[in-house]
Amino acid sequence: MKQGPGLRIYAICYLIFLYAPIALLPLFAFNDSKIIAFPLGGFTTNWFVVMWEDAQLFKSLQNSLIVSSSTAIFATIFGIFAARASTRYRFPGKAAALGLIMLPLVLPEMIAAMSLLVVLLAIGVPLSIFTIILGHVLICTPFAVAILTSAFQSLDKSLEEAAYDLGENAVSTFRLIILPLVMPGVVSSLLICFTISLDEFIIAYFLGGTDTPLSAYIYGQFRFPARVPAMLALGTILVLVSILLLAIAEYFRRRGLARTGAKDTGGFL
Amino acid sequence: MIEFRDVHKYYGDYHALRGITATIRSGEFFSLLGPSGCGKTTLLRTIAGFEGISSGMVLIDGKDMDGVAANVRPTNMVFQSYAIFPHLSVEQNVGFGLRKDPRSAADKARAVAEALDMVGLKGFGGRAAHALSGGQRQRVALARALILKPKVLLLDEPLSALDKKMREQMQVELIRLQRQVGITFILVTHDQEEALVMSDRIAVMFDGEIAQLADPETLYRRPNSKKVADFIGTMNFLPARIVSEAAGQVEVEAQGFGAVTLTAEQCASPVSTASPAGTASPASSGGAMVGFRPETLTILFEGQTAQDRETMATVTEVVYYGDMTYYDVRLDGTDLPMRLSMRNVFGRPVLDIKTRARVAWSPGALVLFR
Repeated sequence: MKQGPGLRIYAICYLIFLYAPIALLPLFAFNDSKIIAFPLGGFTTNWFVVMWEDAQLFKSLQNSLIVSSSTAIFATIFGIFAARASTRYRFPGKAAALGLIMLPLVLPEMIAAMSLLVVLLAIGVPLSIFTIILGHVLICTPFAVAILTSAFQSLDKSLEEAAYDLGENAVSTFRLIILPLVMPGVVSSLLICFTISLDEFIIAYFLGGTDTPLSAYIYGQFRFPARVPAMLALGTILVLVSILLLAIAEYFRRRGLARTGAKDTGGFL
Repeated sequence: MIEFRDVHKYYGDYHALRGITATIRSGEFFSLLGPSGCGKTTLLRTIAGFEGISSGMVLIDGKDMDGVAANVRPTNMVFQSYAIFPHLSVEQNVGFGLRKDPRSAADKARAVAEALDMVGLKGFGGRAAHALSGGQRQRVALARALILKPKVLLLDEPLSALDKKMREQMQVELIRLQRQVGITFILVTHDQEEALVMSDRIAVMFDGEIAQLADPETLYRRPNSKKVADFIGTMNFLPARIVSEAAGQVEVEAQGFGAVTLTAEQCASPVSTASPAGTASPASSGGAMVGFRPETLTILFEGQTAQDRETMATVTEVVYYGDMTYYDVRLDGTDLPMRLSMRNVFGRPVLDIKTRARVAWSPGALVLFR
């Protein structure tokens, strides 16, 4: 099919718009100037040193890691329960229950953040990383359910019956057969939930109290121009870690496919 | 031995099993045959314990299976999709059921090797299960079930996913395997030919009921209803009038055949188990039919004479199959085409449409339906 150059130019512009800002992160992270503007100054790794010596940053990074890991684990566990229920069992009110579980997907986070804040203050729960985890699990669970439902759906029911027929019980069948087969979905779910939680700002800001996670901390630092280059250094590291994590996830997904001989339907990469 | 006592199964309002009463003997190759939706798979699953029953009783070796979970029943199943665990090797699949077996690892490995040998997969143990062909998966599923030495092996349409050649080969192997291990095999199939080839006895099911339970030959030669006759092989039907009925003999006037005398056992009685013989309305003859199989009607070539009876007919259709030729013929005195099959013998011509021919038949091969 012959097509004009219009669409190609559009696609290139789109990709530049998407990735150029990210490319600027390392550029200014190594730039020997406090001002984020061209022309560039000399090369320096000093901002990484500044970042490295920021104790407050490490505290918030630690908070974030705790919040994101816990969120990923809890949301994925809930996701497994919900996905299992939605693909295997029929019960009254199923459609309504699943709809309500998925609703936070389209619910503005502001609403979740505000209503949780009101309730938590009313019942006197102190704000901390635990309240952030609570909010994040709420918004991440729909993603986990969506990812895991498709993993559970592709599971042949007779595999479970076969394991049961060969003497296993419900728990050992789950451990020996179901879990290994939905593992790629579980890994996807953990990663996506981790990423969503790490990025999330509104709930983290509202419900964090004095425990600031990384997103809120970075936002706070941008008020001081002198602190910005160090944040860009941090951003550079985060980009690299993200790429590494995605590569690992993709490696495991492809290995899983090769082991079970399933058809590659394209992961999230 | 497996016994069903008036087994009923409802899915909501849907009555899936309607009073199944039957006994499956120890060590026999038994088939549940019927069209899709007739309840045959449901019935099989009630034996395995995957499906509860609404009322009645399922007994295995005299023990009521009510409340006995599938994972402790003395049955193992070969699933239609084979249900080979894709993340395990062939060995791990076959040895899966031995996980709680107290034997040593070496003994278990030997058992796995023996099971693989038995199904013709010697040396395949280390392969990844997903890399196997359909026929090989089938064998792994068999080995995996048989290694536990169940009293009953349940096979849910095990050959339906294989191509024709492979299917025929597996049929023979399953028969051999069943003789070798001596375990009761219960096969679910919608393929009447498969059931005839493999089974000691067959239960033909329609709409949640067993229509006829008999050995393959009886089922083929003496189907107890038009429905069974239609489902098993091909049967020709001719309208008939019952003239008289006495002392175990029925005089019938059949279109195309004329007057024939049939014995009592040539009279199909679909309700034989439910009501005593003879209560079927006599001589009403409203929709009576005589039926016969294609191979019991033979075209007579020059110089041949009928051993029994002979009628003139016109060829209306010829279907050539290589070893066989199927003809549709119209017997004089009827407009209905009758299917007949002839083995092709060297030097004998295949007849053309509109050829007039003499056909031989025998009253003994007829079945009366009413």
